[in-house]
Amino acid sequence: MNRWFPSPPLSIALLTVWLLLNQSLAPAHLLLGTFLAVVVPLLSRPLRPLAPVPFRKPVVMARLLASSLVEIVRSCFNVSRIILFTKPKGLNSQFIRVPLDLKNPHGLALLSCLINSTPGTVWVEILPGTHDLALHVFDLHDEQWWIDTIKTRYEQPLIEIFDY
Amino acid sequence: MNLGIDTVTPWVGLPVVMLLLLGSIIVLIGALGLVRLPNFYQRIHGPAITITLGAGCILIASMIFFTALQSRLVIHELLITAFVLLTAPVVAMLIMRAAVYRDLRAASRNHSPGSDEVYQFPREK
Repeated sequence: MNRWFPSPPLSIALLTVWLLLNQSLAPAHLLLGTFLAVVVPLLSRPLRPLAPVPFRKPVVMARLLASSLVEIVRSCFNVSRIILFTKPKGLNSQFIRVPLDLKNPHGLALLSCLINSTPGTVWVEILPGTHDLALHVFDLHDEQWWIDTIKTRYEQPLIEIFDY
Repeated sequence: MNLGIDTVTPWVGLPVVMLLLLGSIIVLIGALGLVRLPNFYQRIHGPAITITLGAGCILIASMIFFTALQSRLVIHELLITAFVLLTAPVVAMLIMRAAVYRDLRAASRNHSPGSDEVYQFPREK
């Protein structure tokens, strides 16, 4: 199993992408897609420095993605409102420091994608020598609120999924 | 060129038009943010809404419209969504870091004491 499918989620994703690209469920496409799904992960395995993580806790993951989606839509409207109606001088754009407990690189990658997809916040970097995240916030009112939100809403589920 | 637009029922056309309208307005606001906001760190937040909600609305409209028009499931727009959501955050992070390091270098070239801290976090309480 592990020898031929180093990462089942990657294989499934490749097959899905292939079928979506061709917009068909014909046996020929299924066959070719399955072939790609087996061969590509094997060929690309040397390119992955870290071992693929087993896919755990799909429910927690689904809940995390759903709540991020809601958050993305909500902050989209917030940012639009600020751009349209707030004077740029009155904006309090700031860098804040968020101490992180999450250590797993896959988890951190997903966290950065979720934070950067949410309008109004941009992940800058993990400060060298520390485990603190530098985060740029578009319109900062309450620093502690941002830190609490990121830690409870995003980081906690990710620790559950990746750090164990 | 006849796309067969007149054969689509209003029940399909109405949500498609609403979504397209919302998406275009969001994209316009994002572009406006790029023009209006004064400094770089603020301007980077403008296109973020274009990428997420603007592109999302237009892609959902496209899925509904072509599914109704061709009477089959047309969902390969999901691929565009996936690729945009995978690449846009990485690009935003790279641009942001490039800007931060540019400012760091400018600060160290000026040798002004105390200004080598680009981030300027709010004071610790």
